[in-house]
Amino acid sequence: MKKYFNDIFRSVWSVLIGMKITFRHLFTPAVTVQYPDVRLKLPERARNRLYVNMDDCIGCFQCDMACPVDCIMIETVKALPTDDLGMTSTGQKKRLWVTQFDIDIAKCCYCGLCVYPCPTECIKMTDVYEFSEFNRSNLIYNYATVTTAEVVDIKAKAAVYEKEQAAKKAAAAAEAAKAKAAIPAPATAPAQPPRPTPPPSAPPPENKS
Amino acid sequence: MSEILTPPLKTSTGRTLRTEEMVVNMGPQHPSTHGVLRLELVVDGEIVVDVIPHIGYLHRCFEKHSEAMTNYQQVIPYCDRLDYLASMNMDWGYALAVEKLLAIQVPERVEYIRVIMAELQRIASHLIALGTYGLDVGAFTPFLFMFRDRERILDLFEMTCGARLLYNYIWVGGVSHDLPPGFIDKARAFCKYFRPNIKECNDLLTFNEIFIKRTANVGVLPREVAIAYACSGPMLRGSGVDFDLRRDDPYGIYNKFQWNVVTGKGEVGTVGDCWDRYMVRVREMEQSLDIIEQALDQIPDGDVQSSIPKRIRPNPGDVYVRTESPRGEIGFYIISDGSQTPYRVKARSPAFVNLSVCPEICRGSMIADVVAIVGSIDIVLGEIDR
Amino acid sequence: MEQIFRTLTENDFLIYFLMSVIPLLWVVPYALFAVWLERKVSAHMQDRLGPMRVGGWHGWAQTVADILKLIQKEDIVPAAADKKLHFLAPWVVFIGSYAAFATIPFSSAYIGSNISIGLFYVIAVSAIVVVGILMAGWSSNNKWSLFGAMRAAAQIVSYEIPTALALLAVVMVAGTLNLQEINQHQAGWFWNWYLFRKFPFVFIAFIIYFVASLAETNRTPFDIPEAESELVAGYHTEYSGMKFALFFLAEYANMFAVSAIGSTLFLGGWNSPFGDLLGGPVWGAFWFLSKGMFFVFVQMWLRWTLPRLRVDQLMYVSWKVLTPWAFACILGVGFWMMM
Repeated sequence: MKKYFNDIFRSVWSVLIGMKITFRHLFTPAVTVQYPDVRLKLPERARNRLYVNMDDCIGCFQCDMACPVDCIMIETVKALPTDDLGMTSTGQKKRLWVTQFDIDIAKCCYCGLCVYPCPTECIKMTDVYEFSEFNRSNLIYNYATVTTAEVVDIKAKAAVYEKEQAAKKAAAAAEAAKAKAAIPAPATAPAQPPRPTPPPSAPPPENKS
Repeated sequence: MSEILTPPLKTSTGRTLRTEEMVVNMGPQHPSTHGVLRLELVVDGEIVVDVIPHIGYLHRCFEKHSEAMTNYQQVIPYCDRLDYLASMNMDWGYALAVEKLLAIQVPERVEYIRVIMAELQRIASHLIALGTYGLDVGAFTPFLFMFRDRERILDLFEMTCGARLLYNYIWVGGVSHDLPPGFIDKARAFCKYFRPNIKECNDLLTFNEIFIKRTANVGVLPREVAIAYACSGPMLRGSGVDFDLRRDDPYGIYNKFQWNVVTGKGEVGTVGDCWDRYMVRVREMEQSLDIIEQALDQIPDGDVQSSIPKRIRPNPGDVYVRTESPRGEIGFYIISDGSQTPYRVKARSPAFVNLSVCPEICRGSMIADVVAIVGSIDIVLGEIDR
Repeated sequence: MEQIFRTLTENDFLIYFLMSVIPLLWVVPYALFAVWLERKVSAHMQDRLGPMRVGGWHGWAQTVADILKLIQKEDIVPAAADKKLHFLAPWVVFIGSYAAFATIPFSSAYIGSNISIGLFYVIAVSAIVVVGILMAGWSSNNKWSLFGAMRAAAQIVSYEIPTALALLAVVMVAGTLNLQEINQHQAGWFWNWYLFRKFPFVFIAFIIYFVASLAETNRTPFDIPEAESELVAGYHTEYSGMKFALFFLAEYANMFAVSAIGSTLFLGGWNSPFGDLLGGPVWGAFWFLSKGMFFVFVQMWLRWTLPRLRVDQLMYVSWKVLTPWAFACILGVGFWMMM
């Protein structure tokens, strides 16, 4: 019996306390920010849309490899020794044409892992967060600064250069073989120290190391 | 539990009146199932006879993705997305596992930063759990008050690492950014601001008689059942079991702080009911505030990135490391085959194990109680389905 | 009011039709305003702002925009639903809520129908809502709607009893069921109101009436039938467009009807609280409407403060708390009057 009255009293009392709190909150100022009329300033380290400064990109593929969702697609072509691609702002000479640098920002998970390995700090996360599109293909950002026509041109020249290099190498190898065949092999000569093998030609630097 | 159901009635001619059990779907889309969880309820009127949870609607192949990564650090964004409401704790668990595999020590400042972030994250996660629980039982206002307070914590996180929910902050061997200038003052201001708000929410919801009537003596999880089902976290502590990984299987520097492990005592009902689990979470928030304030006072200077290895190539072997996330024991079992990619990463999800006890404690209660019980288990489908 | 219409036309049917439309002139704008007010009240209690953009100043035209949207929405009827019942249900619910306005005196000059059993009529006709709700739940062919409808039926029927008993206490004091006469008995300053007579019995009866009326209108803490977090939207889950708008209108009309009855019986209705100051028919309408709006505000206040009760706890409150206390009040008033 006592519990019955106790329950009723406690119910009424806790309801009144609750009502007092909500009534008090009627008069506290609202915490809402009226976006889009008012936009809060994001902190300095905010991680939103990616931006790449192509002048500084040396085509090292570090960001491509670091991305956990494979949203960065890079393609490079080795520059000819006669081409001058200029220097990055950090003082490095650029040796690769970056013919494709696509970021699918719809796939991007905004983790920022691509920012840290960049040697020239050219890929950054900005504070832009309003970039919706109606067409999903517009969310693939093409950052490469070479036009399609130039890309065809570059690749063609590179292919020609490769062929010349390959021909030169073949000719040099043929010469070396001929020179080797001209030396008469001794019948019972003491074992000669093995000729030092020519160093292997360096692999093109655009391959992943 | 046949004693709860009405006994079969007899008509005047002696035939037995049968009632049929109805199968109702609390489907994947439902305001109260905290994500895409399908609960198949077999009900007899309002009484629930059986609950069959169906999961897998949010399976995103976390474990398979980890095997496809090129290095161990790349798995951390995926760990964020396991329990997306407690990302810091997920990252820390994984980072600890890999650090154990590599046998490296992190600098002391990193330990302090990790503790501060993990405890802030615990408060943020509990705020969501409590707010949405209030929403489930019909109280709309505490939800907004708690989200307002949570925004402050997210501002602190955004200041530090740039993201508000999925941080990629705690890396193997350190953290990605040092604390920005002004963080310590802002964090102290937050602690001071938040303590009275806990009391206000208690007045508004926790000790409201209607809320007590909805949650006390509902979904009682006895101690032995909790231990048998391997429950962990507030589920376990709400049933009166005094076990907390931060104290009993220590990691980090938790032993440097003065704090208490909170257990349920059955103050307004039975030990192990929904109210106890709710109260354990509220009191854990207060304990986390204590830890944060002590850590902010004691934090030393140092370099936070000196121990981050350039190349992570652990020796072949396996390791299981468990940490205390807001939902319970999150364990990472990593098998390394000596290469830069993990061979296998398994995440032991606390909510998955806690949800398995749901049919046991829901039988015999009403539909409204099922909502209250599932809310008190505090599930996040991201880590249940991985 | 009837005299004014008699000067315009002799057709009885037309006169009474016009009389019955007058509360609608209040109810519809009031519903538009009340939805906006609810959103604003809830927002400010939760440290938010609520509607701000539609119409300029604090989004006052938000509900108007909502109604325009609802009118042009596609009317979706589930394929396996019972079409006739599905169509009729919102109308039955609305009629049940609106018919109660017939005998409520808006001022000393206007009462829709001055019958001697006014209060009895109100209690009886507002029970039609139950039929409408059951029709809605059944015809939706949806298990969750059915649940909501069954709970609503049980709830409304159970809470009719404490309502009627609490009102009975007042009727004993007043000696009449005619609402206009009850109003006239409370003329004078505010201590003449029935709330303060035979203290504390009528006061407790008032509390009982207010709590029971919350359950009648399915407001929190008794909003189990439309418990959003459990049943999506209860018995009106499967309704869209204008029919949903009708349910909404019916709910707000019901809220005002019970508030109006409460203020008529306990707080003096259209009487000014200052006696003859600010009295008269026009001021009377003002006092009546503001007392009604005050109770509507209290109903909103409670909604945003309290969690909801479970069904069996709801039944417990009705049968084991409100009804015995209502009986106690009646006994108390009876004994007092015998002395």
